[in-house]
Amino acid sequence: MTQPVQILLTGVDPSDPDNWRLRNYEQREGYVALKKILSENIPPEKIIEEVKKSALRGRGGAGFPTGLKWSFMPKQYEGDKYLVCNSDEGEPGTFKDRDIMHHNPHILIEGMIIGAYAMGIRAGYNYVHGEIWNTYERMEEAVDEAREAGLLGTNILGSDFSFQLYNHHGYGAYICGEETALLESLEGKKGQPRFKPPFPASFGLYGKPTTINNTETFASVPWIIRNGGEKFLQLGKPNNGGTKLFSVSGHVNKPGNYEIPLGTPFAKLLEMAGGMRGGRKLKGCIPGGSSMPVLPGDIMMQTDMDYDSIAKAGSMLGSGAVIIMDDTTCMVKALERLSYFYFEESCGQCTPCREGTGWLYRVIHRIETGTGRMEDLDLLNNVADNIQGRTICALGDAAAMPVRAMILHFRDEFEYHIEHKRCLV
Amino acid sequence: MLSTESIKKIDREITKYPPDQRQSAVMSALAIAQDEKGWLTNETMDFVAHYLGMPPIAVYEVATFYNMYNLQPLGKCKITICTNLPCALSGANDATAYIQQKLGIGFNQTSADGKFTLKEGECMGACGDAPVLLVNNKRMCGFMSNDKIDRLLEELGE
Repeated sequence: MTQPVQILLTGVDPSDPDNWRLRNYEQREGYVALKKILSENIPPEKIIEEVKKSALRGRGGAGFPTGLKWSFMPKQYEGDKYLVCNSDEGEPGTFKDRDIMHHNPHILIEGMIIGAYAMGIRAGYNYVHGEIWNTYERMEEAVDEAREAGLLGTNILGSDFSFQLYNHHGYGAYICGEETALLESLEGKKGQPRFKPPFPASFGLYGKPTTINNTETFASVPWIIRNGGEKFLQLGKPNNGGTKLFSVSGHVNKPGNYEIPLGTPFAKLLEMAGGMRGGRKLKGCIPGGSSMPVLPGDIMMQTDMDYDSIAKAGSMLGSGAVIIMDDTTCMVKALERLSYFYFEESCGQCTPCREGTGWLYRVIHRIETGTGRMEDLDLLNNVADNIQGRTICALGDAAAMPVRAMILHFRDEFEYHIEHKRCLV
Repeated sequence: MLSTESIKKIDREITKYPPDQRQSAVMSALAIAQDEKGWLTNETMDFVAHYLGMPPIAVYEVATFYNMYNLQPLGKCKITICTNLPCALSGANDATAYIQQKLGIGFNQTSADGKFTLKEGECMGACGDAPVLLVNNKRMCGFMSNDKIDRLLEELGE
C-alpha cells in the first residue's frame, strides 16, 4: 500500500525522543514557509488569498473556510488583536490534536505565527486540553525553543514583525471547546458560551478582535505557504482541500490517527486501521465525533471521507473522529453513554440544554434498564426537537443529533429493548 | 498560604497575560495550589482570589465549574477512568470493574488505607489508547490491561 501524501505528520517519528524538537522540525522543511514570508516581505493579503485558494476548512468540527475567517479580522484596527488556537480536544473519539502537539509541536507554532502575520496580530494563546499534561509541557518547551531561536517574540528573525505565543492549560470542561466558552475560560471565568453576535472577530478575547482556529487547521498552513494553495486543494477534492487526520477508535484492529487526503473512501480508511476487530461486521459508525449523527455500516461503506460526501450521506465530518461499532454493540447502551456525557457537560446556561439533556439521559436510561415505554421514542424525538436550535451554543444540537439519528437508523433495536426488556445483541 | 515555590510558578503564569488581566491565571493558580495542598479549601481559594485581585466568589465559580479540581479531601492517588463511548467499546468497563474489585471501592470512594480515590472521567482525548486512565490529573496511562493495572496499582501503592 502506498503511503498517501502527509502534511501534518511528515517525517514524524514518535519512537525518537528528540524528533519533535526544533532542529528536527527544521530538517523537515520546518519554518521554511515563515522564513520565505519574512525574507520576501510577502503582503499579508497574499497569504490570506493563498489560504482561501487552498479550500482549507476548519478542522475542529464546523468546517468553516479558514481563509474567509481570516479575512473577517479588521485590518485597520489600531489596538490589540488576538490569535487563539483551540487545542481543547474533548469531543469523544477525537485524539488528533494531541498527536500533532506532542509529536510535531513546531508545525502548530509556525502555523500560528503565519496566521498572526496575515492578520496583523501580536499575541496569541494555545488553549490545551486539561487531561493531557505531558503534551502541555511539551508545548511549553517547544514555545521556549522557538523563542530562543528568535522565531517568537519581538522582531522575529530580524524583521519588523513581532508575535508572542503562550500556552494556557485547561482543567476539564468539554464546553471550552466551544470557541466563546474558551475565550471566557482564557479570561479566568467559568466557560459558558457567549451570545453571538458579536462574533469573536469584532469582540473576542478581552473584548478585542480575535481569530480562533483548531490545532490541525493551523498545522496545515505552513505546507500551503510552501507549496501553494492550489496544490493543497488538489490533494483533496474541490471545496475539501488537503489531507485530514482521522482518529479511528472502537472496534478496529489498529485504533489510531490516519492522515489521508479528503475524499478517500471510508473502506480504505477502515483497511488502514487494520479492519474490523475479529473480522466482525460493521454495524454503525459515527464519522465525525460523538456529536454527529450515526450512520449504518452499509451506508458508511459507500461513503467518502470529506465534508460534502459525509453530509450527503446524512452526517457530518466534524472533527474527523471515526467511532467504529461492530454487530455486538448495543445501540441503546451506546446512546445512553453519549447522552450521559452531554448531560454531565452541559454548562447549565440555557434551559433547553440544561433540562433537556437530563431528560434525554433519563429516558434512554430507563429504556436500557428495561423500564421504557413505547411512547418514549417519540418523547425522545420531541425533547431533541425542543433542544436543537434553541440554545446559545451547539452543545444542545450535539446532544440532540445523536439521539435522533440512533432512533432513525436503529429504531427496531430500541423497540426490542422496550418490549423484551433486554438487548437485541 | 502557598509555598514560595508555588507562588513562583503562579507568577510565571501571570506573565503570560496582559498586566491588567491577572484573573486569566486563575485556572493555573488553582491547579498549582491543588498540586501543593491535595485539594482546594475555601482558605486556599480565598488566598488565590486575594493574590490575583479577584472576588472570592469568582474563584469558587471557576473551581466548581472545571471537573479536575478537587473540592474535597481524597486519597493519595486520584485515579480517573474514562468510560465514554469510544473507550467503552475498547474495554473501559472491564478495566473499571477490575480496578473497583481490586481496590474494593466504587466511583467517588476512597480506599480504606487512604491511598486511592476512584473517579469516572469524560473524554480525555486519547480514545485510541483505550482503556485510558489518569493519575492525579497529570500522568496518563493507556492500553490498561488487567496486567498493567496490577503493576500500576502496585507502584502507586508503595
